[in-house]
Amino acid sequence: MELKERYDNFIGGEWIAPTTREYRENLTPATGQPFCEVAHSAPADIELALDAAHAAKDAWGSRSPAERAAVLDAVADAIEENLEMLAVAESYENGKPVRETINADIPLAVDHFRYFADAARAEEGRISEIDDQTYAYHFHEPLGVVGQIIPFNFPLLMAAWKIAPALAAGNCTVLKPASPTPWSILKLAEVVGDIVPAGVLNIVNGPGAEIGRALASNKRIAKIAFTGETVTGRLIMSYAAQNLIPSTTELGGKSPNIFFEDVMAADDAFLDKAIEGLVLYAFNKGEVCTCPSRALIHESIYDGFMARCLERIRAIKQGHPLDIATMIGAQVSTAQLEKIEGYVKIGREEGAEVLIGGERPSLGAELDGGYYYEPTVLKGHNKMRVFQEEIFGPVLAVTTFRDEAEALEIANDTLYGLGAGVWTRDGSRAFRMGRAIKAGRVWTNCYHQYPAHAAFGGYKSSGVGRENHRMMLEHYSQTKCLLVSYDPNPLGFF
Amino acid sequence: MAQAVTATPAALEVISRLEAAHGPLVFHQSGGCCDGTSPMCLREGELPPGPGDVHLGDVGDVPFYIDADQYERWGRPEFVIDVAPGAADSFSLEGTVQVHFVTHTP
Repeated sequence: MELKERYDNFIGGEWIAPTTREYRENLTPATGQPFCEVAHSAPADIELALDAAHAAKDAWGSRSPAERAAVLDAVADAIEENLEMLAVAESYENGKPVRETINADIPLAVDHFRYFADAARAEEGRISEIDDQTYAYHFHEPLGVVGQIIPFNFPLLMAAWKIAPALAAGNCTVLKPASPTPWSILKLAEVVGDIVPAGVLNIVNGPGAEIGRALASNKRIAKIAFTGETVTGRLIMSYAAQNLIPSTTELGGKSPNIFFEDVMAADDAFLDKAIEGLVLYAFNKGEVCTCPSRALIHESIYDGFMARCLERIRAIKQGHPLDIATMIGAQVSTAQLEKIEGYVKIGREEGAEVLIGGERPSLGAELDGGYYYEPTVLKGHNKMRVFQEEIFGPVLAVTTFRDEAEALEIANDTLYGLGAGVWTRDGSRAFRMGRAIKAGRVWTNCYHQYPAHAAFGGYKSSGVGRENHRMMLEHYSQTKCLLVSYDPNPLGFF
Repeated sequence: MAQAVTATPAALEVISRLEAAHGPLVFHQSGGCCDGTSPMCLREGELPPGPGDVHLGDVGDVPFYIDADQYERWGRPEFVIDVAPGAADSFSLEGTVQVHFVTHTP
């Protein structure tokens, strides 16, 4: 893989040095060592990107759906051709295991562009017959230029989730990657930079307090999309309110993963799947908005089921993210690592029992400088802080329930409502629970699957809006109504 | 009674530097994804407190707010604002000087 010493912003199809001429070291969580420098931009660089996007928007917005779809398909093909390189870049910069990026993050990003290419071509307006001489024709038109702020946990996949629908609907975008992960998206831009017309995709790196704010509050964007925490979510929505533009926000969760007693009715493939379903809290080292971070287990199976799960957790191999055998890598930053340590300390102080983990591992040699934390399970009850606050690390809070009613009560006793999991062999119960849980995505007898065409988004404090579905084309479009009268006669008022 | 929110001398020093650069400030305790559960330091007026926010006190002369539901769920802890090296990924102003505020609840 080509690795330059420093990386500029990607604006108007060119690599442009930041107006500040300043760069910041970019670290790998694997060892804590810097490996390149990335632009440390100022609000003026956001303005340059918006200039480029506005210059491109009319031509891009007037391309036929087939032409736009061809561009998105070509982006998907280019990512696929560079799958291994992008998977390695994503893993090295974020700390997530490369076996996840090879098998999940990058293939899902490829599929996302293909999905929206197809969805854009299949899109059609609606005609309302008001009466036999009056018709309302509804057209989708692009919003124009949108702003998109990407989180650090899935830098490429979350970028794909945001870029694909925006471009498919005929918009140009200015993207601000997360500060800990500014680089893999630039490697993506190297791969697709010649495919996407100049100015349609623009990427500016720098501090959120300056350029994130300059983008989100800018009068020259027609929509802002954000994934992150709650106060910034409120900020984004207040900027949008001030500019009278739409916003979508995805703000995290504390997702319950519920295991009913019939999970243990047989020792079969389904039980094996359910055990893995619990252990998925360690996927992407727990840095997932939908991390199944609260396991609710029926009291009659708790001892046996948990013993099987702990056995599976003990078998998790922790190590360098680029080792294909590694199952859990490094947290994204020292700030995340400190936060996780802080929460495990809080959990211990409030009386939670540490069933496994609870320490930083010593992995030896260069990895001791990395940001690793052991997969951890805390047993307690739902009123504890470790059951209420999003830790964003490989820390599972586990408790038991007596019956279905109590499981539902505990599941919904949270400020958030992004994801949930229900595991049972009883289809009726699965359906009842799925409908009653206040969350935007209820995985039923599965978890952590993110196929395109399955809407994703939050209830309650988990944000406003949906992603990952063709309905996004509407979220990135204006609705134009032509109300046409074929009646030659006047109304008769004047 | 102990104060609901205080700050370490190191945090107060960063706060006064940020005040000199940006003018009056406000803290909002965050929650949720990514950098959630960090105290967000914003320009005063950037995010006016809403009807669901509680004013827990001031650090230096900077007011500190938290969402009332969040405060209850956290069990009404005492907050100590501290500072740690390295910029966090957020709209919080201290990122511009390569540190990040953290909330301790002793």
